[in-house]
Amino acid sequence: MCNTCGCNVTPGNAHLIADEGRLSRTADGHAAVEVLSNLLSANDHQAAHNREHLDGHRVLAINLMSSPGSGKTALLEATIEALGQELRIAVIEGDLETENDAARVRAKGVPAIQITTGSACHLDAHMVHDALHHLDLDTVDLLFVENVGNLVCPASFDLGHHRNVVLLSATEGDDKPAKYPVMFRAADLMLVTKADLLPHLDDFSPQRAEQELRQLANAAPVVQLSARKGEGMTEWISWLRSELAHHRTQLAAAPVAHDPQHSHHHHHHGHEHHHDHHHGHHHGHHHD
Amino acid sequence: MHELAVCQGLLGQLERIAAQHGARRVTRIVIRNGPLSGVEPRLLQDAFPLAAAGTLAAESELVVESTPLTVRCDQCGAESEARPNRLICAVCGDWHTRLVSGDELILASVELDIPDPS
Repeated sequence: MCNTCGCNVTPGNAHLIADEGRLSRTADGHAAVEVLSNLLSANDHQAAHNREHLDGHRVLAINLMSSPGSGKTALLEATIEALGQELRIAVIEGDLETENDAARVRAKGVPAIQITTGSACHLDAHMVHDALHHLDLDTVDLLFVENVGNLVCPASFDLGHHRNVVLLSATEGDDKPAKYPVMFRAADLMLVTKADLLPHLDDFSPQRAEQELRQLANAAPVVQLSARKGEGMTEWISWLRSELAHHRTQLAAAPVAHDPQHSHHHHHHGHEHHHDHHHGHHHGHHHD
Repeated sequence: MHELAVCQGLLGQLERIAAQHGARRVTRIVIRNGPLSGVEPRLLQDAFPLAAAGTLAAESELVVESTPLTVRCDQCGAESEARPNRLICAVCGDWHTRLVSGDELILASVELDIPDPS
């Protein structure tokens, strides 16, 4: 015991108190530690590791998020048809149950890893990490991660991807961005899907949906798209091409260390995150 | 409902911090949470006892402090409060703003019960 105040300072723990004052005492004698770290730091560290791994293989990873049934898998099928000859595509599918979506993607001749989350409402960086181990990233240019259909939870988990694409189908409300601001604020591109139905729907205005997105201080482009009719596909494909080119230019300018032995350096300490500062899904903005 | 997953992440951190300081129990946890973090304080409070049962934080008090939602305007430079789905400048009304605070989900501090080594 310290003779002066009766606190528990001993030669053994005095360094903790000296350590930038991080450990101090409360009135009732408990030790108080100032932490100030992101609550999801374990996920964020894994995400940073995933991103490094992807960057080492020059892969652009795109996180597709939306409500269930807004056409994520149909978009992937159409994208593979349009771009499959030009770029090497792989897909990670997240669903609570079934391999159905992965089977649909595989039928288009593209490798697909299905993650079944059981009851989990979102993918996290650890699940994606496990899935990455089943893909040969040397043979991939574009990796799509089809997140669990859900406009709430997936927004909170960085997967290590580079871009967020959020789908809003014409059969949903055009005020969805206002209802789910956390999700839509993170979008790097918003796709208004099932756009071929717009003439039949008098209550969905793409302009209003775009205005709601702007109210979230989000300047992301908005593309109206119909995977079935092909409308908007040219714009979507050219966005993908230009984002991949941009990503690779950035990587060339600031090459990341990559171990050719495919070994994994797990960073549980420190904050050497290689966040893509152009875009990307940031949690705890203090990483930037 | 991903607050349970958030609590599990929190517990992992708490265990590391407690081990680092030789603590046997965590007695108080202070979290700072912004309206755009994607986490509901009430759900976090509900989920925490479930996740913490049987851990060294089982008896811990969980305090969730709400941080304000503030944006800075790119056009006029003003800093103002905003609402989660209206991140516009309160002064000039422009939507070209940057978030100053409001999306954080931070473990601010913990209080530990460290046994007296004497």
